[in-house]
Amino acid sequence: MTQPGTIEAERSRDIRKRWLLSLPALLIVLLAATGPLLIVLLYSFLTPGPYGDVLWKASPDGWIGVFLEKDIFTETLSLADAHVSIFVRSVLLSLATTVVTLLFGFPTAYFIATRPERTRELWLLLITIPFWTNLLIRTFAVLQIIRNEGLINTLLMKFGLIERPIQMLFTDGAILTGMVYVYLPLMVLPVYANLEKLDFRLVEAAYDLYATPFRVLTKIIIPLAKPGLIAGSILVFIPALGAYVTPSILGGGKNLMLGNLIELQFGQGRNWPLGSALSITLMLIVTVALLVYVRNVGSQEKRHG
Amino acid sequence: MKRVLAGLAVTAAVFAHAGLAQAAGELNIYNWGNYTSPEMIKKFEDTYKVKVTITDYDSNDTALAKVRQGGSGFDMVVPSQNYIPIWISEGLLLESDPGKMENFKNVAKEWADPEFDKGRKYTVPWAMGTVGTVVNTDVYKGDINTWAIVFDTPAELKGKVNVVPEMNDVMDAAVLYNGGKKCTGDLTILKKVRDTLVKAKPNWVAMEYGTIEKMLSGDFAASSDWNGSALRQRLKNPAIHYGYPKEGFVFWSDNLAILKDAKNVENAKLFQNFMMDPENAGMNSGFHRYANGIAGSDKFMPADMKGAPEIDVPAQFASVGVPSMTCPPQVQELYTKIWTELQK
Repeated sequence: MTQPGTIEAERSRDIRKRWLLSLPALLIVLLAATGPLLIVLLYSFLTPGPYGDVLWKASPDGWIGVFLEKDIFTETLSLADAHVSIFVRSVLLSLATTVVTLLFGFPTAYFIATRPERTRELWLLLITIPFWTNLLIRTFAVLQIIRNEGLINTLLMKFGLIERPIQMLFTDGAILTGMVYVYLPLMVLPVYANLEKLDFRLVEAAYDLYATPFRVLTKIIIPLAKPGLIAGSILVFIPALGAYVTPSILGGGKNLMLGNLIELQFGQGRNWPLGSALSITLMLIVTVALLVYVRNVGSQEKRHG
Repeated sequence: MKRVLAGLAVTAAVFAHAGLAQAAGELNIYNWGNYTSPEMIKKFEDTYKVKVTITDYDSNDTALAKVRQGGSGFDMVVPSQNYIPIWISEGLLLESDPGKMENFKNVAKEWADPEFDKGRKYTVPWAMGTVGTVVNTDVYKGDINTWAIVFDTPAELKGKVNVVPEMNDVMDAAVLYNGGKKCTGDLTILKKVRDTLVKAKPNWVAMEYGTIEKMLSGDFAASSDWNGSALRQRLKNPAIHYGYPKEGFVFWSDNLAILKDAKNVENAKLFQNFMMDPENAGMNSGFHRYANGIAGSDKFMPADMKGAPEIDVPAQFASVGVPSMTCPPQVQELYTKIWTELQK
């Protein structure tokens, strides 16, 4: 018989051992995650150097520049409407991307989830195929389709539907199209994972009780699929908010999104503190979006017990 | 504990390896995109048994920002003449003394002792040209020899004009268009410049570098551009013409330099010398379609470059050309501010 005391001691030794074993990994994660972030935070409070980089002199200008701008000539401060409009465009485009991917992603996921088990994997494989190609290449492919002498315009002109090409490239619509295409799989997969677990007997029961297909969808399927829908939306919204490649290729360097605005500060803008402050602002927006998610899903799960 | 140490050792080895990845017989060139003749590089590789890798950049600022961080892994870079004093004063270039190299005798007299690199201590001429406009004359029939194409866009070109986002080129053009002198710090003129740019931007379709491909595909009908790029477009589509803005335009040159932290210094020196050989310089011009500052290289250029209006500045425009130069820091700071305001 072992004494209760020794069991206790053994357990605490065990716990200590586990901590020790995971310590290297924890340290690396901690350093890798917070180290660069701390540098970004530090840089946001320094003075920009003449050719990029920073001077080691504290200055609040980086943060002031996020929301306010000083007129070059009159030195008056006003709301940085250029930044605000880029923030608004980024949020709106990301929201639009999320909604459109939802509209396409949900039916797709539902379709896959209702196939016989054997063929589901094939459908899933098909969904992941675009991931096999580099993001840059996929974006250039979209460019080839929507440019003035691209597929769409050529076909429309051939059939005499339009006389001159429609300007689609270098517009917000082009950015939206590109982002929807790129992020669609990120919506389909979590929604599918959720629908796959859905008990379709509930759907049958609803039909047996004379529910209309619309009622089945809104009262049974969507409420049960909600965690998946929210997870998918978050997975699409967050990367879309910081998207860089898609807007820079399809937006033509004129319609900036947040990612491009930040990049600009580290290149031609030569204002690293402002770039750092903008990055942290972007992170804060993402954090807020995540908090909303955790609140929603968290309370949901509690309610279902 | 041993495992921790082993883990650390592996991590350290990974980093060390990344730093030592350069083997002998290599040369890493960091250059503007679409600017290096593959044929000419092949010849260099075969002659000296060196493997050349070329990485693209799209603006002087990008190149400067990347190399300033150190550890870029590049051996050579091709900055514009107005940036070279910055590269030198920031201590980024190696004093390789091309002025004492064997082939230096071939450098044209007017390029042998330039203001931006006195005595050619760092750089070798790569290409030189002008900044102007390029217009598809099928779309617009009016006068193309004016910056109004970009800043007061005619109705036919609205929403079809691109602006190459090289800060100093655009700022210089806008200053000249408003009657200012290059590098002016005059606030009344700069205010007009700012207003001109902000007012003009809604008429632009994009601010991109890839003009050759997008002018030919019809995505752009006009753009600010460099002359060699314009020549390459005209050779593929005769309707595309290069305009010399009557308000004034800038003469520039790009020059090949070795980085101070280059790993393959000997190969880089060989390449600098190689580029001053008329045959090699001519071969390179046949690709990028700019003049190159090496005397006798025109014999080795394609026939269609001889007398091309993009290369030989027509006499009536030559007088309004101004040389590119580095502006004083306080002026540059104002330019950067206006530029950032425009980009937002």
